[in-house]
Amino acid sequence: MTNTIVAQLQQQHTITVLVENNPGVLARVAGLFARRGFNIESLAVSVSDRPEISRMTIVVNGDLRVLEQITKQLNKLVEVIKVVDYAETAAIERELALIKVNAEAHHRGEIMQIVEIFRGRIIDMSEKTFVIEVTGSTDKLDKIIHLLDAYGIREMVRTGIIAMARGARTAARAGRDSD
Amino acid sequence: MPMTGAEILLACLRCEGVTHIFGYPGGAVLPIYDAIFDCKDIKHILVRHEQGAAHMADGFARSTGKVGVCLATSGPGATNLVTGIATAYMDSIPMVAITGQVRTSALGKDAFQEADITGITMPITKHNMLVKRVEDLPKAVAEAFYIARTGRPGPTLVDVPLDVSKAEMEFDPEKDYPRQVSIPSYRPAGPGNRVPELQVRKAANLIADAKRPVLYVGGGAIASGAQTEVTSLAEKTNILVTTTLLGKGAIDECHPLSIGMLGMHGTAYANHAVNNCDLLIAVGARFDDRVTGNVEKFATGASIIHIDIDPAEIGKVIQPDVPIVGDVKAILSELVKIVEARKATDWNDQILDWKARFPLVYPNDGKLYAEYAIELVNEVFDHDAIMATDVGQHQMWAAQYFKCNRPRQWVTSGGLGTMGFGLPAAIGAQFANPDKRVICLSGDGSFQMCTQELMTATVYGIPVITIIVNNRSLGMVRQWQEMFYDERYSAVDLQASPDFVKLTEAYGGVGIRVEKRDDLRAALEKAKLIKDRPVVIDCVIPTSVNVYPMIPSGQSVDEMLVRQDLEQVIASVHADADGWSFSDEDRVLEKYIEVVNSTPGNTK
Repeated sequence: MTNTIVAQLQQQHTITVLVENNPGVLARVAGLFARRGFNIESLAVSVSDRPEISRMTIVVNGDLRVLEQITKQLNKLVEVIKVVDYAETAAIERELALIKVNAEAHHRGEIMQIVEIFRGRIIDMSEKTFVIEVTGSTDKLDKIIHLLDAYGIREMVRTGIIAMARGARTAARAGRDSD
Repeated sequence: MPMTGAEILLACLRCEGVTHIFGYPGGAVLPIYDAIFDCKDIKHILVRHEQGAAHMADGFARSTGKVGVCLATSGPGATNLVTGIATAYMDSIPMVAITGQVRTSALGKDAFQEADITGITMPITKHNMLVKRVEDLPKAVAEAFYIARTGRPGPTLVDVPLDVSKAEMEFDPEKDYPRQVSIPSYRPAGPGNRVPELQVRKAANLIADAKRPVLYVGGGAIASGAQTEVTSLAEKTNILVTTTLLGKGAIDECHPLSIGMLGMHGTAYANHAVNNCDLLIAVGARFDDRVTGNVEKFATGASIIHIDIDPAEIGKVIQPDVPIVGDVKAILSELVKIVEARKATDWNDQILDWKARFPLVYPNDGKLYAEYAIELVNEVFDHDAIMATDVGQHQMWAAQYFKCNRPRQWVTSGGLGTMGFGLPAAIGAQFANPDKRVICLSGDGSFQMCTQELMTATVYGIPVITIIVNNRSLGMVRQWQEMFYDERYSAVDLQASPDFVKLTEAYGGVGIRVEKRDDLRAALEKAKLIKDRPVVIDCVIPTSVNVYPMIPSGQSVDEMLVRQDLEQVIASVHADADGWSFSDEDRVLEKYIEVVNSTPGNTK
C-alpha cells in the first residue's frame, strides 16, 4: 500500500453506540477500548429517545481495519445493542464548548464580534472575563478557540461530538443487515 | 411458597441441570451454604482453594461440553477465582461463577471482604452481573447460563449480595424460571442459524482449485462437536489436518490424515505444510501468536478460508479470502456435502515425506524422558484416558506425544497458560467422567501451584493419576534462558522441592517415585489398579532437556530449531540441495525413538 492510501485510511471515525442503560455499561465500553488499545478521541454519553437505552457517540482514531475490530468487539458486549459507523452515512455532527476568555473593556467589542460571526452566545461576564457558549462542528470550534486564544483563554470545556444521521434514518434502524 | 434467594439460586441451578458445584464457603455465602446443606441432588465439592474450584469447573466443562459451576464468597474468595475465570475466558470454556457479595447497603463502602468482582472480572468474562434484588435473581442465573453456553462459549459471573440471598419471595421453579432466554442485544451465531451458502460455495471452489491445501483446526471444532465433520471433510478431500493445542481431538490423531499440532512446538511437518500450502482452511481457530509466529511470514502463499462463530475473529490477525461466520459443525457439514472429492496428491506425499524426514523423536539412551512417559500412558490406558496437563515443557511434550482419538479427551490451558491448572482440572474432569481414567501430566513447578487439591481428591475418592515429570527446574523458562539468554539461569532452580511421594502420602494419596525408565510401566500398571484415591508418580527426568522442534517467538518456520544431531543431518541434506535424499536417516534414528502413529486399537 502506498503511503497516501495509508494516510487516507488513518482517520477519525464517529461511531454511535446504543447500549442498555445499566450501571457499569460505560465501564465495559471504556474498558474494552483501553485493553484492546483503541484510542478514544472523544466520548459523549446520554439518554436516548428510549429511557432504557443510552446513546454513546465515540470518536476514534484508526484505519478501517481497526474500526472494523472496534465495531466487532463492541458488538460482542452483551449490553451493546447497536454500533453505527457514520463513515458512509451523511451525518450531522455537533459539539458544544464553554470558553472562559479574558475580556478587558477595550477588547469586549472585538470579542463580541467574533462571537457573533460564529453564532455563539455570551452567557456570563465579569469585570475581566466572558463565558462564551458556542456550538458547531469540531472545525468551527477549533477556529473560534484559535481566535479567542489571542485574548487569553482561562478555562475551556468541550462536550465531544454527538452525531445523528441526516434524513429519516435512525441509529436504531441503520444497517440492519450489517450485524 | 416463599423461598430465600439462596434457595431460589439452587432451584435455578437445578433447572439448568447442574449436577456439581465446586466451591468454598465464607461469610457472604452463608445463606447459600445453608441451602446447600439441604440440597440432595446437586453435589457440592469442597475444594481447598477457590482457584481449584474454578479450574475444576473448567475441567468439568472441557471434558463434557456442559457448563461448569463454581462458587466462592465475596472479597478474597471471589478474587481467588480470577485466574480460573481468565483461563476459561481465554479458551472459550462455558462456566458460571457465582460469588457472594457484601449486603447491598454496604456496597461501595469498603466493607469487610468487599471486592468489586464484577468490575475486576469485566475483561475476563463474557458477561457478568451484580444482582441487587432477589426478584432479578432467576433471570440473572438464566442469562448467565445462556450467555456462557451459546455463541462462542465463555465464563459468566453472577454476584449475589448477602441480603439478596437472604431475602424471600414467592418462587415456583416449574413456572417462574425463565427457561427461554431472549436478550435483544445478544444474538449469537449458533447451530440454528442459516449457513451462508454463498460463502460455503466459495470455500468449496477454493478447495477444488487448490493444489496444496491444509486444514488448520482449533478449539472451535471441539466446542461445536464437529469431529465427524472435520474427519469427513478431510477424508472426502484427502486434505491433511493439523490441529492447534486446543484443537487436539478434532480428528483422531492416529488417523492417517492427521499431522499433529502446528505452531511454536508443533511438528516440523505440520509447520512445513502450513508454510508451503496454497490454501489454509482455518476451522474454529484464531491465528494465535503461538501458531503464527511472525504473521508477516505465516502461510504467505496461501489463500485463507476462515470459519469461526465469532465475527470479531475474522480479520483480527489475518484477513481471510473467504470468511464464514457461524457454527463450525453446521458449516462443515454443508461444506462436506458440496465439496468435490479429491484424491491424495503429490502434496500429500510431500507432507508425508517431511513427516518421515523430520519426525518427532527423543533420545534412545535408556534414560527416563517425559516423552516416554506420555507414550506409555497412550499404551497402558489404551488411548482412552482423559489427559489434563499443567503448563510448561511437559505440556508441549504431551501436545506432541499424547494421541487423542476423540474430542474432550484433552484438557489444557492454552490461551492463558495457567500453571496449577492441571490437577484441579483433572479432578473436575474425573467428577464428570467417573467411568474414565483421568491423567494429570504436570511438572515439578506447576504441581506446586495447586497441590492442595490432592486433599479434595482424597476426600472424594478421586483416582486422578498425576505424573510429575520432575526435572528439578522450571523447564520451559530454563529452555528459553539457555537458548535466548546466554544460559544465564535466573530463578529456575527447583532443587529445593518437597518430597512429592511423602507429600502425596500426607494428603492421603499414593506416591510412587520412578527414577529408571524400566520402572515406569510397573508404576503405571499399579496406579491403574488404584480406584479410590489419587496417585502421584514422581518421574525423575534429566534437567537439561528441551522441547523440540521450536520456532522462536515471533519468528517463522525458517528459524525452526530441531534437535542438535537431527539438525546436523538436516543441514547436510540442505547442503546437498538437489539431493533431498535422507540416506543418513537410519544412522540418526537409531539414536532416537520415533513416534509411531498407529495403534493396535485404532480401527480406522
